[in-house]
Amino acid sequence: MAKHHVSATVNGDPVEFLCETSQSLLEVLREELQMTGTKEGCGTGDCGACSVMLDGRLVCSCLVLGVETEGKSVETIEGMAKGDELHPLQRKFIQHAALQCGICTPGFLVASRALLEENPDPTETEIRFWLAGNLCRCTGYDKIVRAVMDAAQEMRESANAR
Amino acid sequence: MEDIRYEAPKTVKAAVALLANEPGLAKVLAGGTDLLVQMRAETVNPQLLVDIKKIRETHALKRLPDGGWRIGASVTGAEMEEHKRLKKDWPGLVEATDLIGSTQIQGRCTPVGNLCNASPAADSVPAQIAAGAIAVIVGPNGTREIPAENVAVAPGRTSLAKGELVVALLLPPRPKHSSDAYLRFIPRSEMDIAVVGCGVSLTLDVDGTCTAARVALGAVGPRAILVGDAAKALIGTKLEPAALEAAAAASSAAAMPIDDKRGTKEFRIKIAGVLTRRTAEIAYERARKN
Repeated sequence: MAKHHVSATVNGDPVEFLCETSQSLLEVLREELQMTGTKEGCGTGDCGACSVMLDGRLVCSCLVLGVETEGKSVETIEGMAKGDELHPLQRKFIQHAALQCGICTPGFLVASRALLEENPDPTETEIRFWLAGNLCRCTGYDKIVRAVMDAAQEMRESANAR
Repeated sequence: MEDIRYEAPKTVKAAVALLANEPGLAKVLAGGTDLLVQMRAETVNPQLLVDIKKIRETHALKRLPDGGWRIGASVTGAEMEEHKRLKKDWPGLVEATDLIGSTQIQGRCTPVGNLCNASPAADSVPAQIAAGAIAVIVGPNGTREIPAENVAVAPGRTSLAKGELVVALLLPPRPKHSSDAYLRFIPRSEMDIAVVGCGVSLTLDVDGTCTAARVALGAVGPRAILVGDAAKALIGTKLEPAALEAAAAASSAAAMPIDDKRGTKEFRIKIAGVLTRRTAEIAYERARKN
């Protein structure tokens, strides 16, 4: 069967790719577009490692077909740092040692950024519920939650200073 | 998952034609949060996927002139949770839908998909049934409307005929002093599948006497159950302890669960009653303030 020709936007750049119906957005990102920052954990939407933004909504890219992204905007972990300048969440994850093996980290960062865009001042409970779909088997979550709270505070302060 | 045809029609009519004319298995794709998992596990092996999200009317989430609501088949849990007016009219349905999966799943999952996936433990379905939701079904022979409780017939099976799809849910207008609630029992605080789920919708008169009630249970039978006797026990009362106990007993009597890894039959029967009482109390407090 002929492959689908899909035009979409990834991190602001127009991209075109060919995919089969059964190829997930995750597979397209990693295998067709060589963007391997987005990780596969479970492949069934349970772990959140493959989190990306699709038209401004946080989704699991393993549960989106590549062909569904025709005309849509995708944002991945690769778009998070601006050149060499890390996003505050990325810096705080490093400072707080909020990662060990790192497989879940891109998903946590993308999901945390989505939270802070919607809610710049989340409570610890709100952070824990928002990130309930991101699983981490290393950190025990506490350092991740502290890092998100610290990043949120810094982002609020720099927004107020402007 | 090989050689699957993918179509994204722009009209319901075209979607029906595609579904009806496919000789093999054709599946409707909306949020895909169940379907893509089933395809990956090869428990469902469609020859055709009909993505309905390019059909504009399936995205409608709107209050109708009579005060009822229309929730299109592509409307997601996240869109419902963000809709303040819908939450005011149907807080129980919104909270039930919001329990489906994580933030990531909420961005894609749809209450119509939850209904059509026909899981007995689907969280939004008892709330839909309690709400008196009507499924609008379009197929080769035109449009028909059936109560939400008649969509699922058994685990994973619906009453839809070949070529048919649910295009929307309709919710009835809300009289004054009406509200709903949904509770589920899970052994943890988030991200789990209901051991028992309970949806209750109530309407009260000015004195707080219940004039209309609907009670529905999930995960205690092969499909969600509308418990008429529990509703009867509440109507005409102010949900005094005796009325709540009678409703709880009616729900326990209606429950016909299986033993599985999530809970025993005996436990589920008891919890069906407990949740009925607690959910009715929440719906009552909300209705009094509405």
